[in-house]
Amino acid sequence: MRLVESRTTFVLTYAALGILLLITLFPIALLVLNSLKPATQIVQNPLAWPEIYRWDNFTRAWNDARFGTTMLNSALLAALTIVLVCSTGSLTAYVLARRKIKSWKIVTFYLLATTTAPIQLFLFPLYFGFAKLGLINNVFAVSLIYTAIYSPFAVMLLRTYFLAVPKELEEAALIDGATPWQVFSKVMLPIVSPGILTVALIIGLYSWNEFLIATTFLQRTDRLTAVVSFFLLSGQYTSDWGEIMAAALIIVLPVIVLFVALQRRFIEGMAGGSVKG
Amino acid sequence: MHRLYLVPTLLINVVIIFIPAMLTIALAFCRWDGIGVPTYVGLANFRALATDRVFWMALGNNVIWTAIFLTIPIAMGLLAATMMLVARRGSAFFQVVYFLPVVIATAITARVWQGMIYSPLTGVAGLITRAGFPVPNPLTLPSTALYGIAAVDLWHWWGFLCVIFFAALRQVPQEQIEAARIEGASFWQMLRYVLIPGIRPTITLMMIMTIIWSFLVFDFVYILTQGGPAFSSEVLSTLAYRSAFYDLAVGKAAAVAVVISLFGLATTAVYIRLQAKELDQ
Repeated sequence: MRLVESRTTFVLTYAALGILLLITLFPIALLVLNSLKPATQIVQNPLAWPEIYRWDNFTRAWNDARFGTTMLNSALLAALTIVLVCSTGSLTAYVLARRKIKSWKIVTFYLLATTTAPIQLFLFPLYFGFAKLGLINNVFAVSLIYTAIYSPFAVMLLRTYFLAVPKELEEAALIDGATPWQVFSKVMLPIVSPGILTVALIIGLYSWNEFLIATTFLQRTDRLTAVVSFFLLSGQYTSDWGEIMAAALIIVLPVIVLFVALQRRFIEGMAGGSVKG
Repeated sequence: MHRLYLVPTLLINVVIIFIPAMLTIALAFCRWDGIGVPTYVGLANFRALATDRVFWMALGNNVIWTAIFLTIPIAMGLLAATMMLVARRGSAFFQVVYFLPVVIATAITARVWQGMIYSPLTGVAGLITRAGFPVPNPLTLPSTALYGIAAVDLWHWWGFLCVIFFAALRQVPQEQIEAARIEGASFWQMLRYVLIPGIRPTITLMMIMTIIWSFLVFDFVYILTQGGPAFSSEVLSTLAYRSAFYDLAVGKAAAVAVVISLFGLATTAVYIRLQAKELDQ
């Protein structure tokens, strides 16, 4: 089915979409192109094709940003956050979706309200409190902060998955003698596992990319996340933009590969969580 | 027993968000350097803000930011989403590409724009300048710094709205579109009379979220200009952050945070009422 008849409209539409495509891809192309160039050539012309391929940009970026350590920190932080958000979030989402408790409405509103609270509203006491408790530079402590921030989103998204499960399924399991915990863990969880996977991907992406909390709470050089160490590398340690773009590409490439491979999950999850939740 | 299921989520949430938020509100009425004992000073922090030129500049910048993001990315997203609906073929591809900037870390997006586009030395702006058409670096001029940052966030953000609007547009009843098409509606008439009314709830929600997010904007400002030059691109969140961690004026930072929250609160009230309607269904 076509929305409008006119052929001109059709041509103009593709032209406009194409222009938007170029605007979107232009900075990304610059990133990739210049990651291969020597600094001197970037200064001459950032748009030119590399005269020589400087693959050592990547090895220097890897060493200078200490990606061996910082990528591991980021991965650990993302993994911890994913486990915490998915386990605690699915429990809460189940109870709220099935209205298992009388105060489900209050809890839902409370969680919704916290998604709109500015980070600065709780950042300062949290920082000085964590400092007193010796929790600065502690990856697990930061994953708890991420869990608090991201779990309302996860709960709202998972809630929609639990809502889609027919009630009869649960009732049948109960009649067969399953305990409420078994109903949740053996019947419900496997059914909503696609939802949990979606949440895991998005939470992983958020924690991998996060900047404000990471730069505030993880300051020691051996505890930095990849994004923060990229930020420091580009801000202080080098003005070689070939190396900086190589470092950027190292962080971005796994994200883009994963995103393109699992685009539907990412898009539906991120859109669904913020539209419905 | 199902009450216990909520304990982990709520416990983490209360310890990390609720209690510190309450402490921030208390600290807004105190003077505190983050180390010693806070001293109660009443409304002094707020009075100081009222006469603080930088505070008003930051607040003004947040309002400008909100105005920019309520119009340009929403219009772009809506228009592109409608065009994707018209084009049909290739819409999945366009959608993925437009969404790409959303998944790239803000720190990286900021540096790419800073070094590869705006920089007079290594950027495209420098290249154009050397070709004889002087393009100043917007981030270094007080009059343009905020807009230079907004352009980066715009590039990063509009695709998200586009994808959301596209998803909503596909839910618009086929008969309405068909009827308008038979009547010979043009692209703009279709948009104005059928599609926009059809997805009004989504547009409203996105506008509310835009207002809330506009008062929280931090990453791009902090990375690109740190609020400079001469506080020209300062926003409330960077002002609060700098006050707390650079000037160790935690009381002042808390007061700014409370102001940000008040703006959020009004919008949140509307947001929650919209959600309540949905939950009741």
